[in-house]
Amino acid sequence: MFKLERRPSPSNAMVVLTPVLAVVLTMIAGGILFAILGKNPFEAIRIIFWDPLFNEVVASYTRPQLLVKAAPLITIALGLSFGYRANIWNIGAEGQFIMGAIAGGAVGLAFYPTESVLIFPLMVLAGAIGGFLWAMIPAFLKIKFNANEILVSLMLVYVAINFLGAMVTGPLRSPVGMNFPVSRNFNEYPSAYNGELVANTGLHMGVLVTLAAVIVAYILLKHHIFGFQVRTAGQSPRAAKFSGVNPNITVAICLGISGGLAGMAGLFEVTGPAGKLSTNFPLGYGFTAIIVAFLGRLNPIGIMLAGLLMALTYIGGELAQFQLSVPAASIQVFQGMLLFFMLAVDILVNFRIRLAKKEVA
Amino acid sequence: MDFSALSPVALIVSLMVAATPILIAAIGELVVEKSGVLNLGVEGMMIIGAICGFIVAVETGSPWLGFLAAMAGGAAISFIFAVLTQYMLTNQVATGLALTMFGLGLAALMGHSYAGIKPPKFGTLDIPFISDIPVIGPLIFSHDYMIYISLMIVAGVWYFLTRTRGGLVLRAAGENHDAAHALGYKVIRIRIMAIMFGGAMAGLGGAYLSLVRVPQWTEGMTAGAGWIALALVVFASWKPWRIILGAYLFGGITVLQLNLQAAGANIPVAYLSMTPYLVTIIVLVIMSADKKRTSLNAPACLGRIFHASS
Repeated sequence: MFKLERRPSPSNAMVVLTPVLAVVLTMIAGGILFAILGKNPFEAIRIIFWDPLFNEVVASYTRPQLLVKAAPLITIALGLSFGYRANIWNIGAEGQFIMGAIAGGAVGLAFYPTESVLIFPLMVLAGAIGGFLWAMIPAFLKIKFNANEILVSLMLVYVAINFLGAMVTGPLRSPVGMNFPVSRNFNEYPSAYNGELVANTGLHMGVLVTLAAVIVAYILLKHHIFGFQVRTAGQSPRAAKFSGVNPNITVAICLGISGGLAGMAGLFEVTGPAGKLSTNFPLGYGFTAIIVAFLGRLNPIGIMLAGLLMALTYIGGELAQFQLSVPAASIQVFQGMLLFFMLAVDILVNFRIRLAKKEVA
Repeated sequence: MDFSALSPVALIVSLMVAATPILIAAIGELVVEKSGVLNLGVEGMMIIGAICGFIVAVETGSPWLGFLAAMAGGAAISFIFAVLTQYMLTNQVATGLALTMFGLGLAALMGHSYAGIKPPKFGTLDIPFISDIPVIGPLIFSHDYMIYISLMIVAGVWYFLTRTRGGLVLRAAGENHDAAHALGYKVIRIRIMAIMFGGAMAGLGGAYLSLVRVPQWTEGMTAGAGWIALALVVFASWKPWRIILGAYLFGGITVLQLNLQAAGANIPVAYLSMTPYLVTIIVLVIMSADKKRTSLNAPACLGRIFHASS
């Protein structure tokens, strides 16, 4: 039988190799899944991972989508990664994403039709604050009443979805929308529109902010006392306490950062790619970002790569839906499997697999 | 608004129907947590149960076979969680989340050709004369069978945990896995069995949703019920009987807000739909506020990874 033997120190090679291994395993398992669905597995894998980037027919459309989809995933996952390192589990980023979009969007619509360069920055700020405050609810309840932040933040996702429904059928409903539950279109309001900065690249303001966030997160984590505190709080809460880390402040900061970043991502999404607030606005980025955070090993650079890969599966999944008529849900299964494999192979970092010899009693 | 349309008896009957899915799922999760494992994948296991039960019930025409299939499906998918957390020593929170996402996706994939179909009707208890007594008849003697079964499961779990040796061993694994291991109990085997029981129960609860409560298959139909079941375990302070109390309380709120929606209350539907989730948060806060009591009731090894290093 196999036996697990703890390594004296975590293997650096495995830290880099395991995500690659997880992706390969997912491709194999995904191939089997597509074969069961009666599709050619090699074709399916090619459509998902290759065609969006290099197919001559579709790539001109799909390539810009890569940045559009990756930016929110990376931004949200970066925020989550701090908390996950410190064992603070914000799984309600989807709710913070929605609240950011509502708060920022509402600020923009309040100024309609005034044109000013100050409006968009103000909206971004409002979006970040919206997400931040929504994340402060589980933080406050955790600190003050010891309520489990996992359950509270998740419940707040459903509250946010319903709140969005109330807003687009109420105060934020478009006066020119024929009574449909949608807000005014942001691309008809230049001051609030988050358009492409360079045509056909998918590059919008949010992408630049994402890049900046990656760099800031990297510096925070590696070279700032906060990164140290977060890492200690996760590895040994007692040691962290002795070294003067206040666990309540860690909770507040970790949830606050993730909420603010998710809210900002929501604002960039609603004013750009989504275009308007509607009940179809929540796309599950907040949940997929959890996978991105783990696949990137909670490391800013890793998260950036993982986000790009996950964006690729989104786009490739849509292509596969059109070309092979596989159900939309199969890509969700694919992403779920990826997280399973990632968690499973993680064991190789701290353990060695040995063939156990027969033990003599 | 017309409140006279809401008859108290009908309200209580429908709140029991609304409560039963989370009741069954929560009692399963209670056993899992008592063994020291935190499985956040209840939502995923429930929806897998919902679709497995639905498919089998529709194809065979028998809701009973559907329920059995739902339990098998829930247990099967929970086995992935069991292997990952017990043998591969993965983080239980992350693995539970993965289970939920995977389950939601897989269920949608399995069910995409089953939307809009009516499942076979599930029987209700009907004792001649007794079921026809006004008030008492509908309140006690004419529910569907699964409501009685769910209460029996709670009684069974209570008996097992508090009155049998097996229950004692399971709780020992949850309170102190190193001590249980030292006494020669197979901690990992106990936990895997507990996880699969939890999976089977979550599956059963999910199938009740798709076969009796709604009854129909729609993508993502659990809509947070699994998470509410998790909160219910905290609410019940890990005590089986209190799960019933909690579940019926949530059922009552759900039914009340649905009735208010139907009665055309002067509040936008979206705000009413929020209430079960908001109430869950409020209840969680109240139950967790007393740190001493929570730490006394919660299994001491909840969520901690066990690796026997010989």
